[in-house]
Amino acid sequence: MEYIIQIILSFIATAAFGIIFNAPKKSLFHCGLVGAIGWGIYLGFTNQGVDIVPASFAGSFVIAIVAHLYAKRFKMPMIIFSVAGIIPLVPGGMAYNTMRHIVEKDYTQGIEFAVKTSLVTGAIVMGLVFAEVFMQLIFNVIRRSKLTKKTS
Amino acid sequence: MALKGTKEEELAISCFLLAGRLLVQAGAETYRAEDTMMRMAQSQNYMEAQSFVTPTGIIFSAGNEKPTRIAQIPSRTTDLEKIANVNSISRSLTAHDITVIEAYEKLQIVEKTNFFFPVWVQILASAIASACFLILFQGVWTDMPAAFVAGGVGFIVFIAIHSLTRVKFFGEFTGALFVGIIAFLAVEWGFGTQLDKIIIGSVMPLVPGLPIANAVRDLMAGHFVSGVAKGVEAFLTASAIGAGVALVLAF
Repeated sequence: MEYIIQIILSFIATAAFGIIFNAPKKSLFHCGLVGAIGWGIYLGFTNQGVDIVPASFAGSFVIAIVAHLYAKRFKMPMIIFSVAGIIPLVPGGMAYNTMRHIVEKDYTQGIEFAVKTSLVTGAIVMGLVFAEVFMQLIFNVIRRSKLTKKTS
Repeated sequence: MALKGTKEEELAISCFLLAGRLLVQAGAETYRAEDTMMRMAQSQNYMEAQSFVTPTGIIFSAGNEKPTRIAQIPSRTTDLEKIANVNSISRSLTAHDITVIEAYEKLQIVEKTNFFFPVWVQILASAIASACFLILFQGVWTDMPAAFVAGGVGFIVFIAIHSLTRVKFFGEFTGALFVGIIAFLAVEWGFGTQLDKIIIGSVMPLVPGLPIANAVRDLMAGHFVSGVAKGVEAFLTASAIGAGVALVLAF
């Protein structure tokens, strides 16, 4: 139940972000869907006890793949779908904790949170990049098989 | 000797430059702007065209013996609908569905139109997003009204200060500051319980999602100048938000 509520809320939050980023009106629903899928994956992994760094990677990887598929289908740039989708994964809580500990002059804890924040950000970024390379490879294979079919 | 092109050449170059400028201004990746301009140019038989795009300006040359021009880009926003529109115009131009003149006219219309949602819709969206993020970050349901108000007011302050001072980082700083103050007051007066969660949720609408995503894609495409510039933009925004929140926490 908790899981379903979280996914519904992440859908609403991502669609609202689509409005803030001024996404085209007809793509708002799909923006929300991308965000909900990504958050669902992330939540599924963390609930299984996986660390948040690989969970963020998996979430952003799937977000980028779905965004690429939507981009092909609607003939729109891919960032329209991916930008709002990755927002829930952004480690806002950890960045906040970094700030709080530094303000309280607890620098050791602050650095610990800062390193974790940058690790999670890096994981999100790597997920996006890996998905891009992955999709390019797949599309190349599809294109090549189509070409060979035509020539044979 | 200054090179001067024919009338058609000048018009075509204006058209390509406008497309590139609109893309960068709306927050598209640098490599997309370059790619779009090159495709448009090649479809119109400018095979030697070259473009150099940075977040603050574009240099475009139609080839040897042909004019070269510069477009300055003073400000950038996030406007995904504009990117989609320019993209579809460039697609129909490269497919030869429309001529350069038609494309130029269409681009000029896109430049003038304001595609943004009304401000109150944006504020409402950021308030709703804040309330949702509170729950996503394991907050309690009773804190939702506080996050709703803090997120909405934070965004209003951000828009107001940004349009007043034209300094984006100052707007983000003040927005985060107001989020912190409202969250603090809400907890003080008994409208909320977890100060941390309310602040984190309400600060999310200010988070620089687009620069982070774009910086990486540009770096991967080999555009190191733009990638680093956008990475710094994202870092500065994050620092501004952090400083705003820290100011409240320091008391």
